[in-house]
Amino acid sequence: MNFNKIFALSLRHVYLIKGSFPRILDLIYWPTIQIFLWGFISKFFTLNSSYFENTVGIILSAAILYDFLFRSSISYNMMFLEEIWSRNFTNLFIAPIKISEIITALTITAIFRTLIGLIPAALLAIPLFGVSIFKIGIPLILLLITLYIFGVTLGLLVTSGLIRFGPSFENIAWASLFFLAPLGCIYYPIDILPEWLRIIAKLLPLVHIFEEMRNILIHDILNYYQIFKAIIISLIYFIFGIVIFYLSYEGAKNRGTLINMGE
Amino acid sequence: MKLKVEKLIKKFKSTIAVNSISFEIEKNTTLGLLGPNGCGKTTSIGMMLGLITPSSGKIYIDNIYFEPKNRIQLLSLMNFASPYIELPKKLTVKQNLEVYARLYGVTKIKERVNEMVEDLNIQNFLYKKTGELSSGQKNRVALAKSLINKPKLLFLDEPTASLDPDVGDFVRQYIEKYKKNNELTILLASHNMKEVERLCDKIIMMKHGEIVDSGTCDQLIKKHGRENLEETFLKIARSKNEL
Repeated sequence: MNFNKIFALSLRHVYLIKGSFPRILDLIYWPTIQIFLWGFISKFFTLNSSYFENTVGIILSAAILYDFLFRSSISYNMMFLEEIWSRNFTNLFIAPIKISEIITALTITAIFRTLIGLIPAALLAIPLFGVSIFKIGIPLILLLITLYIFGVTLGLLVTSGLIRFGPSFENIAWASLFFLAPLGCIYYPIDILPEWLRIIAKLLPLVHIFEEMRNILIHDILNYYQIFKAIIISLIYFIFGIVIFYLSYEGAKNRGTLINMGE
Repeated sequence: MKLKVEKLIKKFKSTIAVNSISFEIEKNTTLGLLGPNGCGKTTSIGMMLGLITPSSGKIYIDNIYFEPKNRIQLLSLMNFASPYIELPKKLTVKQNLEVYARLYGVTKIKERVNEMVEDLNIQNFLYKKTGELSSGQKNRVALAKSLINKPKLLFLDEPTASLDPDVGDFVRQYIEKYKKNNELTILLASHNMKEVERLCDKIIMMKHGEIVDSGTCDQLIKKHGRENLEETFLKIARSKNEL
């Protein structure tokens, strides 16, 4: 792999973000809205329910982590869509770059886009609702890494669809995460799901991540086994995502869709 | 750089887009690829650029078989310009040229970008966003991008389409001048017959995915008993049977 080329691919997106204030604002806007929305909903629950003593903390932390997953996936898709919208797709694929370099560049750059959104939202939650996800401590880093790997995997699968089906697959890019949200047990424990759905849910890393988050925040128990299980599951999906991406690329070359792909 | 295409075929389901075409472009010459819309020119170029996998047939670049394992090595010696593809609109011209210089592994990036900027008179809009440029300016930037890596083999797809005669002439003149001073083999697809007559050493005519004729401009004009290449093109394009 050539790191100068990976840097060039990332640089293209850094230039794009740097040169557009509305883009930066957009990255910050949605996570912040989520914090406000869930902050007030949870505050209402706290006043009217005795289920959790720390409802605001649990729900807001879940909202922040879920948003991190959402942003990492969307960031990945957005960078790929930018190439299609700007009709730069052909230029990119005739440049002497390996597919692995494209995947690496998108993966590295997506983290910046994601953090631009996450950090202000997480910091805002502290004075507004007295909730800090940083309370999770060191395991937070592991949870974020796991979410990021899974978010990028979803991004990889959606971009594979974009390569395979063209820009018409764009809507799936936006909807992809909503398909998984109910099964991810983000805002509720897995016990809420019917038994047969729990088996499917456990195949996703999300259940393990959010269960662990609740364990830490409610019971102050840390189970590294759960966290590593989530990392392993995410990595398996990530490898699967890479394979699908390569297959889509070869398929697109066979169908001739890489040439003149645009709006 | 020499390009050799051998019995290249591309089928899309039941449609044969390119049907067993074979030709060669000698080092430092320009070959014109002509034919009516939908005759398989873009698909052929796509295969030569590694964007489309041929159903069968072979492509050799300087006697090296173009296959996935040497894709990077060969692509770094090639480039492509077409008005139908663009550079990222929100990036400035300078940023785009810098990004592509890096992607093509150019070593002295600043120097090469400045060279292209000066050669193609890009200075005045170097810091403008690419999406805000006029067609003529965009065209010059696309040409700069296509030459940023000092390619040995250049594919040009209608390089002067939609340009006014003045800018069109500037681009043609620049290509001629660049070719004189650099080692460069060109494959030019164009509907502008005057451009083809001016730039190409040899031409091939495609129709329904096949090569129906080839030769120098003079040879073809003479062979078909016409006065110029435009009339020759029309005769070939409108003929019902193969020539």
